[in-house]
Amino acid sequence: MTERVFNVDSVPVLALGYRFQWEPAQDCYVLLYPEGMVKLNPAAGEILKRVSEKKQTVGELIAELKAAFNGADLDDDVYQFLEEAHGNDWIRPE
Amino acid sequence: MATTGSDQNKAPGSTGGAVGINANENIRQPLWLLAELTYACPLQCPYCSNPMDFADIKKELTTAEWVEVFKQARAMGATQLGLSGGEPLTRPDILELIQEARNLGFYTNLITSGIGLDATKAKAFKEAGLDHIQVSFQASSEDLNNLIAGTDAFQHKIEMAKAVKAAGYPMVLCFVTHRQNIDQIDEILDLAISLDADYVELATTQYYGWAMHNRDQLMPLKEQLERAEATAHRYQEEQKGNMKIYYVVPDYYEERPKACMNGWGNVFLTVTPDGTALPCHAARELPGMELPNVRDLSIRDIWEGSNDFNRFRGFDWMKEPCRSCDEKEKDFGGCRCQAYMLTGDPAMADPVCTKSPDRHLIDEAIQRGRDEAEKTPQEAKPLVFRNPKNSKEISGL
Repeated sequence: MTERVFNVDSVPVLALGYRFQWEPAQDCYVLLYPEGMVKLNPAAGEILKRVSEKKQTVGELIAELKAAFNGADLDDDVYQFLEEAHGNDWIRPE
Repeated sequence: MATTGSDQNKAPGSTGGAVGINANENIRQPLWLLAELTYACPLQCPYCSNPMDFADIKKELTTAEWVEVFKQARAMGATQLGLSGGEPLTRPDILELIQEARNLGFYTNLITSGIGLDATKAKAFKEAGLDHIQVSFQASSEDLNNLIAGTDAFQHKIEMAKAVKAAGYPMVLCFVTHRQNIDQIDEILDLAISLDADYVELATTQYYGWAMHNRDQLMPLKEQLERAEATAHRYQEEQKGNMKIYYVVPDYYEERPKACMNGWGNVFLTVTPDGTALPCHAARELPGMELPNVRDLSIRDIWEGSNDFNRFRGFDWMKEPCRSCDEKEKDFGGCRCQAYMLTGDPAMADPVCTKSPDRHLIDEAIQRGRDEAEKTPQEAKPLVFRNPKNSKEISGL
């Protein structure tokens, strides 16, 4: 088990050179980076949308998602995604 | 700055999974627009992928024409825009083109030698929305770099790599490797580390355009590649989480061909300085091309309807051994331009493939490189540099 990068107080930000946007032609959110593109599934899109729009802690991010999605229990999923995204070099803790 | 590097295989979609299919069955959308804004370039790199007769191509698209190309490609779903050349910074409207591209939502990549760049411009481009500047280097040592580029550019490139980082871009360095610099990979990577680079691409010379003309002088030896690969892997381990290093084995030394352009007319669209639309930047040299122009036809008409773009789409055009090969969906039979240059028929299997009856042509080219390497400096063929004078002489203009 590798060490976790994010905790409730860390502030995830997009890695240098990464851009997040909605792609009408793909009908999904994407991450763009030098000479490449990742298509995001809806859940990943909702998380990264909030990461890219404003600086906030993981705790605040989760609270916002819960408010948007009827109080769903999504803490573990968010942490798991953030760690994966960090492993892919998409995001880093500020 | 047009390199003949391995980056041409790295089109978006390769990381993104399945791509949506549009109205016309089996025709995907272009994701990558490579805009070769100009063939003007202050460098004279002998491995350039520009066509040998570039000096004959004059009437460049205007600013408004380029913006129209951007709009149409973007509307079809293209997300990545490469501003390349030649040296794109020789275009006086480069700032405006960057601005327009970004407003349209492109991820905008400037592919430059660094010549013509300064810290003020790097900052202004950033404010205009440029996402990424790739600075190309010819080698790590000043002497060799200047020799290969045919100009005294090295110190300036170092300054520009720093200016790019200071302006808030990721620092992406591209080194085009070949026999005459590949033994310096550790120096190249040390230089990248000292510059605090974020990405380093060690792009092996691929043999198109000028590079094909100079193939005997550029072909690396097997033992050089083995050393280079071991070195690159060592640095990749050491720099994990710090600097990303891309190293690709040159296709001549592989047993299967590269999935060139991720398939013909699949994700990649090149528009040359005069508005010719091509499925890849080397395709102009293929026989029987109609060379549709964005001045006459819409990007959609060209992408979906032109003979050029449909010619090697899918698998129906294939001959044996590709046609019945269970790997055809992985590599699409390799590169059409390479098949043509080596066998005279662009529909043959890429001779890199060991299943190809023409594989001996690759092995012979490798051997010719070795023969050339063993000559004394007096006997060896000189590198032919990419400049208008040589272009005119070689093309008989």
